[in-house]
Amino acid sequence: MKNNLFKIVSLIVLMALLSSCSSLGVKPWERDLLAKPEMAVNSSPLDQAVDDHIYFSKEASSGGRSFAGGGCGCN
Amino acid sequence: MQLKNHLKMSVKEHDSSYKIALASAALLGATMPRAQAEVLGWDASASFLGYSEQNRVSAGEFIGTASKKYHQTALFDIKVVADVLTGASANGAVAQKFVQTFTSPSGKDFYTSNANQTPLDKTFQDLRGALSLNWSDAITDVSNYRIGGNVSLEHDYSALSINGEYSHDFFQKNTTFSLGVSVGTNQVKPEGGLPIAFSSMFIDGINRGEDGNLPQGFRDTRNGNSDNVTDAEILLGYTQIINRRMLVQFNYGHSESNGYLTDPYKILSVLDNNGVAQDYLYENRPDSRTKDSFYVMTKYHLEQSIVDFSYRYMTDSWNIKSSTFDVHWHFLTGNNSFWEPHIRYYTQSAADFFTPYLDQSVHTPEFASADYRLGNLDTFTVGLKYGFTLNQQHRAEIRLEYYKQQSKNQSLIDSRVATSHSSGLSGLNLFPDVSAVVLQFSYYF
Repeated sequence: MKNNLFKIVSLIVLMALLSSCSSLGVKPWERDLLAKPEMAVNSSPLDQAVDDHIYFSKEASSGGRSFAGGGCGCN
Repeated sequence: MQLKNHLKMSVKEHDSSYKIALASAALLGATMPRAQAEVLGWDASASFLGYSEQNRVSAGEFIGTASKKYHQTALFDIKVVADVLTGASANGAVAQKFVQTFTSPSGKDFYTSNANQTPLDKTFQDLRGALSLNWSDAITDVSNYRIGGNVSLEHDYSALSINGEYSHDFFQKNTTFSLGVSVGTNQVKPEGGLPIAFSSMFIDGINRGEDGNLPQGFRDTRNGNSDNVTDAEILLGYTQIINRRMLVQFNYGHSESNGYLTDPYKILSVLDNNGVAQDYLYENRPDSRTKDSFYVMTKYHLEQSIVDFSYRYMTDSWNIKSSTFDVHWHFLTGNNSFWEPHIRYYTQSAADFFTPYLDQSVHTPEFASADYRLGNLDTFTVGLKYGFTLNQQHRAEIRLEYYKQQSKNQSLIDSRVATSHSSGLSGLNLFPDVSAVVLQFSYYF
């Protein structure tokens, strides 16, 4: 089940990579919505820092969105 | 010259004055020296967090950030974190039908656990301070770099790391590739010294006080005062704008940690054929760990809301595999406020060397830990955030989250230990659920 999930995610990545040169994207004047702070890739860095710290200390996984190093002795 | 001096003073007095001065200068056709045009003021935020587990750990945390722009593209930011933890933490031993006594990590005190209760180390408390500095700037119109450093200090753990990232935009900035590297060094200095792997906990049930001398039996379980861990990590990122409303991000991360990765405060119960504890041994983990993570995130702007969905798959050299699903739904309202529900689901498989306890009749393995965080685990988070803007500049946010952990180790108990159905364990809940509440208040100046 998890292997299948991994393959699906890999496939999505590959498809996106292959198609990124053609029809995807916007013109500079079409960035009205994308320019909102809420659409930033990391729009809530404080919350993210708090969550990363909690989950790092309570679970065996870390990283993904950003670096995995916890910088604390909580795990 | 007078105009230049006037502009310099305006910058120091107020940001808006600076903007007016800039406009005036433009109208007058004056040329501003670059150094004077670079100062644009500070942005700051403060966040207070309360974290409370039912009958276990409580934590309070403060995070302060400040950032300052230089000329058009550079940003310096600083983050300060201070937190305090107290309460009780599972020590790794299993519940029994009788009261159990343990020695505290310092060796100077003892604590007990009630019959039928998961043993918790009640002496657990810690203070932490951390500082993070970052500098980012553009190299060209389509490339950027960021460098940073972090330091974190606790009485028994210190960490130092530096990191750097390069990113490059393609196709009218619709596509961004990034490469990040981080290296770090950590010092582990456990209370009471470093326990010898699989040494037997010395227990005499005596409180010696802070100034008391450590008994020889406790000293015999120790080997040195500190050890180190080194970390190295690489993070590859690819961000793609799909259309006016949607973007996706893919990250691949690989990290390697080497050194003392054992938890010096965790032990394992050694059970006889009847499931009754005969001994407690300090755990032992491998001294290296590599992790690989695959992360995909998408944001979609609906008419009045923004959906943020992410999935992470992680696998490591300890044979832990995990999946994380995370959804934030940001609802924009008309009066400068928003609501944001949050749901997260996480599931992991157990590390190779995880075992709920050790059998007395079986030879002790090379590595073993009963830390439930390395076992089969599902966790759930539900939360809600509300934010609003004050004076069209300052923003306040309040967030409430509920977090629940469910250990699913019955199959492991059946497969990894021989005495799983012995009378001494019947009716005991060896891995009870853990739940926590998080309350956070943030203010952006």
